Amino acid sequence: MASLAIENVSKRFGNVVALSRMSFRVEDGEFCVLLGPSGCGKSTFLEIVAGLTIQDEGSVLIDGRPVENLSPRERDVAMVFQNYALYPHMTVARNLGFGLRMRGVSKAMIAKKIMETAGLLGITELLDRRPRELSGGQRQRVAMGRALVRRPQIFLLDEPLSNLDARLRVNVRLELKKLHTQIQTTTLYVTHDQVEAMTLGDKVVVMREGKIHQIDRPEIIYNKPADTFVATFIGSPVINLFKGTMTKQKGRFILETRDFDLESMPDGLDFGNGELEIGIRPEDITVSREPEKGLRATVEMVTNVGPEKYVHARVGATSLTARAGKEVSIVNGEIIYLGIDPSKLHLFNEGKSIRGR
Amino acid sequence: MSKHFLRKAAFIVGVFFALAFSLVPFLLFVSSAFKTQSQITAIPPQWWPSFSLEFFRSALKNYGIMHYLLNSIIVAGSTTLVTISLGAFSGYALARLTRKWAHLILMGILACAMFPQIAIAAPIWRFLQLMGWLNTYQGLVLPYVALTLPLAIWILTVFFREIPRELESASLVDGCSRFGAFIRVVLPLSTPGLFTASILCFIYAWNEFFLALLVMTDPARQTMPVGIALFQGEYTVPWGAIAAASFITTAPLVIMVLLFQRRIVTGLSAGAIKG
Repeated sequence: MASLAIENVSKRFGNVVALSRMSFRVEDGEFCVLLGPSGCGKSTFLEIVAGLTIQDEGSVLIDGRPVENLSPRERDVAMVFQNYALYPHMTVARNLGFGLRMRGVSKAMIAKKIMETAGLLGITELLDRRPRELSGGQRQRVAMGRALVRRPQIFLLDEPLSNLDARLRVNVRLELKKLHTQIQTTTLYVTHDQVEAMTLGDKVVVMREGKIHQIDRPEIIYNKPADTFVATFIGSPVINLFKGTMTKQKGRFILETRDFDLESMPDGLDFGNGELEIGIRPEDITVSREPEKGLRATVEMVTNVGPEKYVHARVGATSLTARAGKEVSIVNGEIIYLGIDPSKLHLFNEGKSIRGR
Repeated sequence: MSKHFLRKAAFIVGVFFALAFSLVPFLLFVSSAFKTQSQITAIPPQWWPSFSLEFFRSALKNYGIMHYLLNSIIVAGSTTLVTISLGAFSGYALARLTRKWAHLILMGILACAMFPQIAIAAPIWRFLQLMGWLNTYQGLVLPYVALTLPLAIWILTVFFREIPRELESASLVDGCSRFGAFIRVVLPLSTPGLFTASILCFIYAWNEFFLALLVMTDPARQTMPVGIALFQGEYTVPWGAIAAASFITTAPLVIMVLLFQRRIVTGLSAGAIKG
């Protein structure tokens, strides 16, 4: 159990900047998710924390102690790899015990810990098998077990669910959350999957191209995205985003876009030069057939995802996606009216959230 | 239907000829080894031997091939051991080096393997003479290692490249040192490659004739191929004893290759299929 602090960590490979001045903290026992698209430097970052790669600048502190000069072994962290990286030439039991053997733990103790961990993960009957005889889900458990068995200071997970099929992924995600509430080990979890980030994280760090865009609790990341990247990266279907200008007319603020105007109720905000990007999430737009309920739009497509439907409609040249209940029957080409609540708008100036300023 | 049949027939006939072409000389000396003196000179030639062990007795007793065999085992064995140890370390380093540099070095190594033996024979001899290593085991093992190392490095580099880096990272995080990761994870996973490289090195050292003849002038240190070549006297060529001795030389190799067949095939086709 330990806290983890990252201070101004940078890393480049040749001319490519992989990480640029990353700083954040993970508190003792916290589940922190590093979220970003593929190739944004997440895995490199995890390798730096583990000691497999050395950063060019900045420091990593475990429990306030800088670990730059410590080998991976001395850092006492455990890692679960995307492809599990189970030792193919060893049985499950030997895989689990490997780290303990390397640390000179007594045989009896190793056997005890293996049984304990196998019991916790429900893999006791697999102990004599080899990795190639296991299913994907079983391999994933063994990989988790190998990290857990040592009770490390910090638990590092690199996209551990990405090789599982969709249904299994949901189950394992829930188990992972349960497991963390049980063992309360400080965890740094890397993923490109926003659902994993939202459901698992106590704290989410959103990054792109080696830079941190926002660090916060999942609900705040979703409700108050710091910039247009975070706003569009998180949320499915993606947030509606369009350009507009803020003007003051007769003491009221009006948002003018190419195709329509919106009355806004800003509260002493700084709109910069007034050139804005306006975001509204699909669930914040109401769909109606009554003209007085909003903007006139033509339906282009309706996608049905089961529990709800998404209506893709066009107001002038602006495409908007709105959520509708599953019982709504709307057909392509129909005229509908979209209601936009001004208080639900996300306003961005030069990419940054105005609220965030 | 008939086209299919023809194709299959052509295939079988082709395989048969290829097999016969490579196997007949081998079968001829195997059969000669089991003949008697009168059968071996019979005209017309007799194909089926009487399974007499006369020539084996003669090879063992009159020509004393056991000590040649022992020399061969020592020389080929040490060559393999040294080559594989050096090759494993170099191959690992090259497999983990930046591609560009590794490629340059590998090409350099390959270039070294291209020198014709005769071109390096004289310098080797001079060097061994200076070291006082003529007629010593190390005098033969040293050039053999130099000659087999390029092949071993190539095979092992390709093999180590196939081993996912994640496995090494995992073992480092689990508490291994770099060397520990190499010994405990990389090497055990490379056994097919190690086997393939070992067998090829062993076969090379076992069969090599030219350098062995050059370096080992003392019959007490000569290896099998040289020993057999020196069977013939001024007026006689003891074909039977030569065939028997050749059989004794070849048999261990054939048995070894058959035993490890499966591993060698995986070794040679490494990289073809992702494990």
